[in-house]
Amino acid sequence: MKYVDEYRDRSKAQILVKDIERLVREIKIAERRPIQIMEVCGGHTHSIFRYGIEGMLPKAIELVHGPGCPVCVLPMGRVDDCLAIAERPEVIFTTFGDAMRVPGSRKSLLQAKADGADVRMVYSPMDALALARKNPGREIVFFGIGFETTMPSTALTVLAAEREGIGNFSVFCNHITIVPTIKAILDSPDLHLDGFLGPGHVSMVIGTAPYEFIARFYKKPMVVAGFEPLDILQSIWMVLRQIKDNRCEIENQYARIVPEAGNSPALQAVGRVYELREFFEWRGLGSIDHSGVRMRAEYARFDAERKFAVPNVRIADPKSCQCGEVLKGVIKPWQCKVFGGACTPETPLGALMVSSEGACSAYYQYGGVKRQRDEVTIEAGAA
Amino acid sequence: MNVVPLIHRRPRGKVHVPTVTLAHGGGGKAMKDLIDDVFLEAFDNPLLAPLDDQARLDLAALGRRGDRLAFTTDSFVVDPLVFPGGDIGKLAVCGTVNDLAVGGAVPLYLSCAVIIEEGVSVDFLRRIARSMAATAREAGIEIVTGDTKVVNKAACDKMFITTTGIGAIRADIDLGAHRARPGDLVLVNGLLGDHGAAILGARGDMALETPIASDCAPLHGLVATLLAAAPATRFIRDPTRGGVATVLNEIAEAAQVAIEIDETCTPIREEVRGFCEILGLDPLYLANEGKILAIVPAEQSQRALEAMQAHPLGHAASIIGRVRAGEPGRVTMHTVFGGQRIVDTLVGEQLPRIC
Repeated sequence: MKYVDEYRDRSKAQILVKDIERLVREIKIAERRPIQIMEVCGGHTHSIFRYGIEGMLPKAIELVHGPGCPVCVLPMGRVDDCLAIAERPEVIFTTFGDAMRVPGSRKSLLQAKADGADVRMVYSPMDALALARKNPGREIVFFGIGFETTMPSTALTVLAAEREGIGNFSVFCNHITIVPTIKAILDSPDLHLDGFLGPGHVSMVIGTAPYEFIARFYKKPMVVAGFEPLDILQSIWMVLRQIKDNRCEIENQYARIVPEAGNSPALQAVGRVYELREFFEWRGLGSIDHSGVRMRAEYARFDAERKFAVPNVRIADPKSCQCGEVLKGVIKPWQCKVFGGACTPETPLGALMVSSEGACSAYYQYGGVKRQRDEVTIEAGAA
Repeated sequence: MNVVPLIHRRPRGKVHVPTVTLAHGGGGKAMKDLIDDVFLEAFDNPLLAPLDDQARLDLAALGRRGDRLAFTTDSFVVDPLVFPGGDIGKLAVCGTVNDLAVGGAVPLYLSCAVIIEEGVSVDFLRRIARSMAATAREAGIEIVTGDTKVVNKAACDKMFITTTGIGAIRADIDLGAHRARPGDLVLVNGLLGDHGAAILGARGDMALETPIASDCAPLHGLVATLLAAAPATRFIRDPTRGGVATVLNEIAEAAQVAIEIDETCTPIREEVRGFCEILGLDPLYLANEGKILAIVPAEQSQRALEAMQAHPLGHAASIIGRVRAGEPGRVTMHTVFGGQRIVDTLVGEQLPRIC
C-alpha cells in the first residue's frame, strides 16, 4: 500500500533499533532504572502492540501507555447519562463503534441496543446529521467523544445543522482536551516519566505550541509522533537523543501531517461552538480542571445535555480498579489487582480494558504476556 | 413442435402475485404454488419431486461412498441479501457444502428451509432459489427436501435460510484439530478477509466504495485435491466468522500446541488491507467464505501447496505459519515490522475504532 508500507519497512526498523540500543548505552539514568517514555495517545498504544514494537526495544526502555484513549477515560456516570438519552423512545442515538462497549453502572450502549434502544453506529457526525434529515420525526443525538482530533468534525456538524435549520439534531458532548491532562499527569507526585511521545492527530489540529510548557517548566522532552511503526520508533529515538544531549524540546516527527501552527479553520470552528468546562471527570484520573468542553449557550439547542434532562450522576470508579496508577505509569497493567481476573475485555471493570486502545486491553489481547511472566518470575524470586 | 404432456406428473402450480404474503405460508394452494413455482422449478430433482415430508436416501449407495456420514447444519441471515460476489442463496449452499468438505466428506444432499418476511418479491425469491440451484449444481450436490415459512413484517429481516447437509467420508480420511503436531505447517488457499470486507462495504453504512467481492465458493473440489496431494493432512477448517485468527486459536487449544504465523506470508488483498486500515479493523478476524486453512505435516506441505496453487480456487495459496511446541493454546504473529505479537480470540464483534 503506497504511503503506508514505506513506514513499516523492517530493514529501516532494524537500523533504528540498533541506534536506539547505542543511545541507551550512552544514557546514564538507564544504568539505574528503566527510561520511562509515555505515549499519550491511544492510537500509539494500538500501533505499539499491533506491530510488537515493545519487544523490539531494549529492556532499559519502558513504554508507559497514557490517558489518550477517549473511550477509556469516559467515567461511568457519563455513560449512564448517555444511556438515559439513548433509551428515550423518540431518540436515535448515534455513536462511533468502540464507544458502544464502554460499561456504565447498569449496562453498555451495546446492551441498551439489545434491550430495544435505537442505537446506531456511525463513522462520522455528518452521518448522524444525514439521519436527522431523513427522520424529521425523531431526535438524533450524536455521542460527541474524543480529544481535539474529533472535536472539529462535531463542531462543523453543529454549524451545518445551524445553517440548514435542522432542529432534531443534538450532540451529547464529552469532548476532552489533552493539555490539562498532560499537566495533571506531570503534577502527579509519584511520576518518573523521562519523556513523551506527543499525540499526532490532536497536534494536527492544535499544532505544537501548546506543549511548550512541558519542555520549559517541567523539563521533559516531547516528540509529536505519527502512527506508523517507523514513526513511533523514530520518535522514541528522537526522545532518547534529547535525553542524551540533555535537551528538553518539543520536536515534531510527524511534520508530514502536523503543521506547527495547527489547523486554523478547525480551531475556529471549535472556538465558535465550544467553551471550556471548569472541570471534567476522567475515569481513573478523577476530576481535572479545564479538561473538557461544553457547547456555548448560543448552541444550546444542539446540546443534548440541555435538551434532555440527564441525571448527571457521579459514580465513583470501582475501588478495586487501579486504572489511575496504570494511566500515570506508576504500575504496569498486569500489576493491577484485578487484571485478567475480575477485569477482562469480556467483562471490563476498568476503562483501560474496554477499547483496543486501552493499555490493559492491549496487554491482555496483544501480549506483553512475556513481560508479564518475566515480572512474575522476578517477584517470586524476590519473595 | 409437439410438447410432450407430462400426464403422469402432478401439474405444477404458478404464483400470480408479485409479492409473498402470509397466504404463501398457510399450507394451502398458495403455498403449494409458491413451492412449485419457485423452489421445485429451481431445484428440480427426482428425490425432491414427490414433495413428501422427507427425502428417502439409499443407504447402500451412501455406504459405497464412505464409512461415515457427515451431517451439518447452518443458518444464513446475511445483510445485505445480495452482495458483490454472491447472495444469500449461494452463501447458504457454499456454507454447508464447505462445512462438509472440510471434514473430508463428499457433499451429497442438502435440505433448504426458508423463512420469508411477508412483502418480499416473488421474483427476488426466484432469483435466490436459482442461485442456490446453480451453486448446488457446481458443488455436485442435490437439494432434496425443504420447508417454507412466511412471517409477519419485521418478524425477520426479509429472508433467513437454513441448510442442512449430508456427506460421506472415505474410510482412509481422518481429520481433527487435535492431530496438529509441532513442526506441521499452516496453509491457506488464498487471499484472506474478502467476504467480511465485501459484506461490510456492501452495507453502505460507511460511504466507502470498494471493488472487493466476496470469495464465496464451494470448496469440496479443492479439499479433494489437497487430500490427494497430502493424504497425511491433519486438519482442515473454513475460516468463516472470526476469521483465520479464531481458527488458529481453536487448533492451538485443541492440540495443546503453539502456532506462529508470519505476517509477510499472510496473503491479503491490497483493497482489503486499505479497507481495514481506514476502519481500524484487523483482516485476520474478517470472515471468509471460500477459504480453507489446513494443517499439513512439513514433509507433505510443498506438494499440498503446489496442488492448491494449481487449483482454480487456490492460485494465491500460501504457507502462513508453523505449529510449535511452545506454550499450549498460544498463537503469535511475526509482524511485517519485525516485532512479535499475540493473536488472541476475538471477544465480541470487531468494532471500528474512533480515531
